Amino acid sequence: MNIASFAPLAVLLPILGAALTFLLIRHSKAQRTVSIVVLSLTLLLECWLLASVWDGGTSAVNIGGWLPPWGIVMVVDQFSSLMLVVSSSVSLAVLIYATGQGMADGDQDAPVSIFHPTYLILVAGVSNAFLSGDLFNLYVGFEILLTASYVLMTLGGTGPRIRAGVTYVVVSVVSSVLFLIAIAMVYGATGTINMADLALKLAELDPGTRNLLHVMLLVAFGIKAAVFPLSFWLPDSYPTAPAPVTAVFAGLLTKVGVYAMVRTETLLFPGDTFNTPLMVAALLTMVVGILGALAQSDIKRLLSFTLVSHIGYMVFGLAMSSVAGLGAAVFYVAHHITIQTSLFLVTGLIERRGGSSSMDRVAGLAKLSPVLAVLFFVPAMNLAGIPPFSGFLGKLGLLQAGVQLGTPLAYALVIGGVLTSLLTLLAIARVWNRAFWRKPEDAEHPDPVLLADPAESATGDRAGKANVTLLPRTMVGSTLGLVIFGVGLTVFAGPLFRVADQSALVMLDRTSYIHAVLGDDAPVPALSQPGPGPDPAGDQPAGGQERK
Amino acid sequence: MSVNLTLLTVMGALYACGIYLILERSLTRVLLGLMMLTNATNLLILTTGGYAGLAPLFSKDTAPGEYNDPLPQALILTSIVISFAVTAFMLGIIYRTWVLAREDEIQDDAEDRRVAKTPSFDVEDDSVIPVETSEFPLTMIGSDGQSVSDAPDGADATVKVADRKLDAKKAASEEQPGSLNITPPNKEGGGQ
Repeated sequence: MNIASFAPLAVLLPILGAALTFLLIRHSKAQRTVSIVVLSLTLLLECWLLASVWDGGTSAVNIGGWLPPWGIVMVVDQFSSLMLVVSSSVSLAVLIYATGQGMADGDQDAPVSIFHPTYLILVAGVSNAFLSGDLFNLYVGFEILLTASYVLMTLGGTGPRIRAGVTYVVVSVVSSVLFLIAIAMVYGATGTINMADLALKLAELDPGTRNLLHVMLLVAFGIKAAVFPLSFWLPDSYPTAPAPVTAVFAGLLTKVGVYAMVRTETLLFPGDTFNTPLMVAALLTMVVGILGALAQSDIKRLLSFTLVSHIGYMVFGLAMSSVAGLGAAVFYVAHHITIQTSLFLVTGLIERRGGSSSMDRVAGLAKLSPVLAVLFFVPAMNLAGIPPFSGFLGKLGLLQAGVQLGTPLAYALVIGGVLTSLLTLLAIARVWNRAFWRKPEDAEHPDPVLLADPAESATGDRAGKANVTLLPRTMVGSTLGLVIFGVGLTVFAGPLFRVADQSALVMLDRTSYIHAVLGDDAPVPALSQPGPGPDPAGDQPAGGQERK
Repeated sequence: MSVNLTLLTVMGALYACGIYLILERSLTRVLLGLMMLTNATNLLILTTGGYAGLAPLFSKDTAPGEYNDPLPQALILTSIVISFAVTAFMLGIIYRTWVLAREDEIQDDAEDRRVAKTPSFDVEDDSVIPVETSEFPLTMIGSDGQSVSDAPDGADATVKVADRKLDAKKAASEEQPGSLNITPPNKEGGGQ
């Protein structure tokens, strides 16, 4: 049985769910149930896909029976199924959080009825992008998720959200147009848009043409992934959206861009032609992003800047094009999706409990709500890369790979990575000190909610009750679930890293992917066709094995 | 392979005008620019399909080379649908901007402006600490719950803000409500 035959369900289920929730638009309770059930089913399916490719192997399915170079293929391998599972777990947690918020607010704040269908379509787009084995289908996946994200971004249509939405929509459309132009060029040059077929045919092109196509794709994906010179739109547009929406955007959307970059670099254009510019971009992304974060006084904006900054780590791992580097990058993507999303969810809770997400207004939360403090502290330390956590392990893997590579630029990136990690700790510690540790009276403009509480707590039970309404159990529960999931990535880092390294090996080798799509007799070009080629893959797995 | 020069010229003109228009601040022009860009791209895809040929309906007598390449047309159809959806959404946003702001211009990000204007001096982190911080203070100022800035030593503490010199108390008042650095609390951001 070909397990990839079930892959299209990962896209279909959310779309059908979206249709159903759209029909149920007047029954918010049924709508919530349907969307949670559908997303759970999708997650189960994806877990099964991951389990069946856990030990390696790639399988592909031809949609509608059209043969590979012409029809649409969907490919399941370790990397794509790992991304699917992580992204669906995160989306499920965010969905439960959002329904909790909707119920607590009595559906007055925003048209929550539109939220569910749109959200499911977003999930479908993300799944489609991860599974696609065809450049144009990848584009369609991007468009599905982007169009859904436009709606989510401007949910409620308030002034700030519309303003942020305009920037976001225009930037996204421009990047999509660039992507589409690149697809047209690729088709013009090779006559195919199937990625496995392209892997064979792009190698035969003139180097000038090939580099042009390569740069166009990298720029298009770089805008979506928010790599430094192309990242200015992100901190501008993310913070204004509702908390769960920002959380899911921060977790998933940029990572889809990173995923596309990984596929471009490994499958379509192997070799190290653009490794140096990518490394420079990675260094600048890390440093500029985190410096931006230090200047912010709003927690959401600060987190948006750390998001940009940490994309740099993934690009760094990708740019090394070694098994160790790429494996660490794969692990880092999985880690970062989870952690960044949980931090944004906690920020949403801070906003509810403390009345604001501005560090000038929020204070004393550690005393008011110890649960919230723990929920913030664990992922925050994880993001900064404090030793036992997965953030540390991912960064360690990247730095090891950098040292292994040993070029001056790689060392510069290693230093930049350590510096960024320290500055992240500084930024996060500022949030901790201000929002959690200092007394409300010491804040510049303490929110009335914070000052009112001591009087209430004097009456005993009242304070406890106020806490429950301010922090609904569903929201705290789903955040807690995601934080535990993040800690789980730490606990199971050994097997995960092994899978990540294996997937990196498979991606750099390409044989498995091309054979899965085009059949076992497809010729696989030698890895080192144009330039010196990627690092010798032979001796690197040993480095990967040692780690566990 | 022959190319259609008219199509290419039109495509180039559309790209040029489109790029010019999306650099404007007026939203309607940005929308027109986006439409031109997407349509130019559709023409580009059409061009990549090669020369014109017969409709790709199979018949035994036609040589394979005489058919037109149908794949780019399928791609164009998809991309037309997508750009249609985006255009409709952009129109909605533009209308909403007009309703809210009575302006067809892209608005500045208030928080971004505020951060840009904030002096690098931070009251909490950078104030001169006016009291003895050793473990064995001479006077117990500050430990009795009294504000540290009430200390006599602190009265003449000054800080440098950009190019001015202020004393520490005035610097603190820079961030009071009503000063330039403060934006009114936003309505939709929490605060239940």
